[in-house]
Amino acid sequence: MTTSLAATAAILFTIGTYLVLQRKLSRIIIGIGLMGHGGNILFLLSGRAGEPPLVGTGPVEDFGDPLPQAMILTAIVITFGVTALLLALAYRSWLLTDDDEVEDDVSDRIIAGGGFIDSEVTDADAALSHAIDPVPQSEERS
Amino acid sequence: MTALLALPILLPLVGAGCSMIVGRSRAAQRAVSLTVLTAVVGVAVTLLVAVDRDGPVAVQAGGWAVPMGITLVADRLSALMLAVASVMLLAVLVYAIGQPGAERNHVGFQSVYLVLSAGVAGAFLTGDLFNLFVSFEMMLAASYVLITLGARRDQVRAGMTYVVISLIASTLFVTALAFVYSATGTVNLAHLSERMDELSPGLNTAFSVLLLVVFGIKAGLFPLFFWLPDSYPTAPSAVTAVFAGLLTKVGVYAIIRSQSLLFPPESRPSGLILVMAGATMAVGVLGAIAQDDVKRILSFHIVSHVGFMVMGLGFFTVAGLGGAVFYIVHHIIVMTTLFLTGGLVEHVGGSSRLSRLGGLVGKSPVVSLVFLVSGLSLAGLPPFSGFVAKLGLLQAGASASHHTIVAVALVVSLLTLFSMMKIWSAVFWGTPRSEPEVRTAAPPLMLAPTLLLAAASIVVSVAAGPLAGLSERAAQGLLDRSAYVSAVLR
Repeated sequence: MTTSLAATAAILFTIGTYLVLQRKLSRIIIGIGLMGHGGNILFLLSGRAGEPPLVGTGPVEDFGDPLPQAMILTAIVITFGVTALLLALAYRSWLLTDDDEVEDDVSDRIIAGGGFIDSEVTDADAALSHAIDPVPQSEERS
Repeated sequence: MTALLALPILLPLVGAGCSMIVGRSRAAQRAVSLTVLTAVVGVAVTLLVAVDRDGPVAVQAGGWAVPMGITLVADRLSALMLAVASVMLLAVLVYAIGQPGAERNHVGFQSVYLVLSAGVAGAFLTGDLFNLFVSFEMMLAASYVLITLGARRDQVRAGMTYVVISLIASTLFVTALAFVYSATGTVNLAHLSERMDELSPGLNTAFSVLLLVVFGIKAGLFPLFFWLPDSYPTAPSAVTAVFAGLLTKVGVYAIIRSQSLLFPPESRPSGLILVMAGATMAVGVLGAIAQDDVKRILSFHIVSHVGFMVMGLGFFTVAGLGGAVFYIVHHIIVMTTLFLTGGLVEHVGGSSRLSRLGGLVGKSPVVSLVFLVSGLSLAGLPPFSGFVAKLGLLQAGASASHHTIVAVALVVSLLTLFSMMKIWSAVFWGTPRSEPEVRTAAPPLMLAPTLLLAAASIVVSVAAGPLAGLSERAAQGLLDRSAYVSAVLR
């Protein structure tokens, strides 16, 4: 049982890591969820296995360790809340850009261009929008 | 005394609830936040005085027996951190109230800010690893909301990176907790420090490195810092100032606490910590030099200076840890001042990009003066607090014969000075570039807390003797674990 659960955790971590490396936020969210499950299963394994604790059906010595379960419950609630926030972020991103792809860092691109964009376009805002999206908006500005 | 321990966490949470109830009135919300945070400052200072006099205090919340229950502990380090952090939170709150902009008027701002304060206080006061995780999550969840409160495109973009990285760090944290619990059967810090001694040295080193990675992501250590300069600058300057001053420092606190308390001296990864610290300093400052935006430059400096604090930890001597504690206090104050000044520059000059600013010294001499004081302090020039802090760290390094990292730190300080002068000459000197219709006067409510924090950084250098004494006593408490452990386990 322990081995199969450990294997399940490993598989969940593998799939989760793969999904987190994608660029679409929706896939990243699923990946994070899977990794979270992997972590929780590992946590479950860290306690002693046994009879259901606290309800009082068996002798105390046979109880499973209730502490990891309590902690997992907390972790699950936290992950749930933050995942809801991430979904809202993905939706907001979709409203703003018609996409939920995680974009590049704009300033990084400007600096990686070695100031080329800055020297070509004197207006920094134009440079920014140029770096975000090379084609549109420039007509509308002029 | 023990009743005071829970207050810095409970008061802001209750305040957050009240803030929601009176959500129709911004004035009432602000009154609630100001009252609560002022009370927290009072409690934190009382706690600091008492703990410094009598040694660590602990309380078991809910009355559960020691290793199982929720333990709250205050020793000199956590009480000092809490006091500095709460003063900072109060100052930034005043600044946020004074700052014009849509986000501070958002119905959720005040309550989320209070939840953030509760999370920070929880992280400093908690006595077990799992509640450290919960406090971190409380603080981070609040910070996710604060960073994306404006819901603008750049905020959503930066928020995504920030939330995803933090979530992955949290998943790693849960995994680390699982391993620690299965090896030792406890998550109570004091209990762990006894149990860890019984484990094999290899296992100890593995846990130590795992926790270093988990907290390193939150603290912004090399090679785990890349999310920080990307996400911080997009938030409004008050929010960025809190993040810059506090969130990474909570990570540094967690690194110091876990490495010094949990693991026996021979299995501490001192060499690895020093290498990471050196790389963090160097990469951070080089990144700062390449940037063109005041907030981004400052964000890279956060990374760079986290390296200094972790360097102090890496020596694992009283002088080194004391220097690190002093450095954290100095850095929280100075970094917050710099970001608040950055917000003022943006307000007065109409932009935060170096290429679009100039000549602010004539427009707003006060802002220029504040920037000069805190910038030179960050670089470590003599009359300011940064000099005293760096001197302590470098002396500790030299006496522990870690000459390479001392040399790195000196070069990094020089480059920091260069970077600060780059901002100075581009923003404050030269001819004014922005259009004359830009708002020129800084609102007094934004200026007052900035001036106060700048004054505080000067006070730190004037009162360096007592503060260094306190830092050294805190460091002794960190290296000699018996007082902390016996306060928790009795």
